[in-house]
Amino acid sequence: METVSEQIITRSEILPIRTQIDLVHVRQRVRTWLSEERFTLIDQTKIVTAASELARNALEHGGGGQMEMSLLAVGARKGIRLKFSDQGPGIADITMALKDGYTTAGGMGLGLGGSKRLMSEFDIQSSPGAGTVVTVTRWK
Amino acid sequence: MERIPILRIGSLLLVTIQVDLYDDLALQLQDDLSTRIADLGATGVLIDISALEIVDSFIGRTLANIAAIARVLDAETVVVGMQPAVAITLVELGMSLPGIRTALNVDLGMEYLRQAATGGDGVGTDHYAE
Repeated sequence: METVSEQIITRSEILPIRTQIDLVHVRQRVRTWLSEERFTLIDQTKIVTAASELARNALEHGGGGQMEMSLLAVGARKGIRLKFSDQGPGIADITMALKDGYTTAGGMGLGLGGSKRLMSEFDIQSSPGAGTVVTVTRWK
Repeated sequence: MERIPILRIGSLLLVTIQVDLYDDLALQLQDDLSTRIADLGATGVLIDISALEIVDSFIGRTLANIAAIARVLDAETVVVGMQPAVAITLVELGMSLPGIRTALNVDLGMEYLRQAATGGDGVGTDHYAE
């Protein structure tokens, strides 16, 4: 008989994204968790980098917001989920925003597409005037 | 305001980034280096990032800008000591840092800059790639 394991949140924390210093805190806090949960160094580096990109997006495009960090367990498998929310202007064309090189803030336009490549799962919910929520997960 | 120290060794400038690099600090370093290059007539800039645990697109872009500004001011830039996990992540992120000369460690970076200053070969060949 096959058992379907339920996804459980074993740990959770919310961090503000209001200033550049908050971006540094987000990176440090994600790194601490990943290190405690024994993710490999390469996984740690990829996830912290994705967190930095998405937190900066929330700050620069969304005018600030928050990151909710959750540790997931499905059976013996562990993962980390990062949910970035802002109440900014939202994104009209998500397909375009995910393309490398597309930027409205004078950056390199690698934030969304790059983060998607660095994580296992990527979800974005946004519409003009309704803010943006980006949820990314990486499994160990 | 907090600043990253810039050391001078002869005609070279040496920077070791050992703090968490927030955006304004990175931009301050860009400004400070540009000023020091011009003031001292420096021929080379070495940036040691071995203590950096991540390089995201903002830091990557700042490093590229520093190299570009230095080049316009007639100085070579070499970025040394990137951790392998950082290199893997940067490439996956979509930044291969074209236009930035890299070296594995400070010794090799210094050697490159000294050769560059005396017109040795292998200088700046990939700066026109973009």
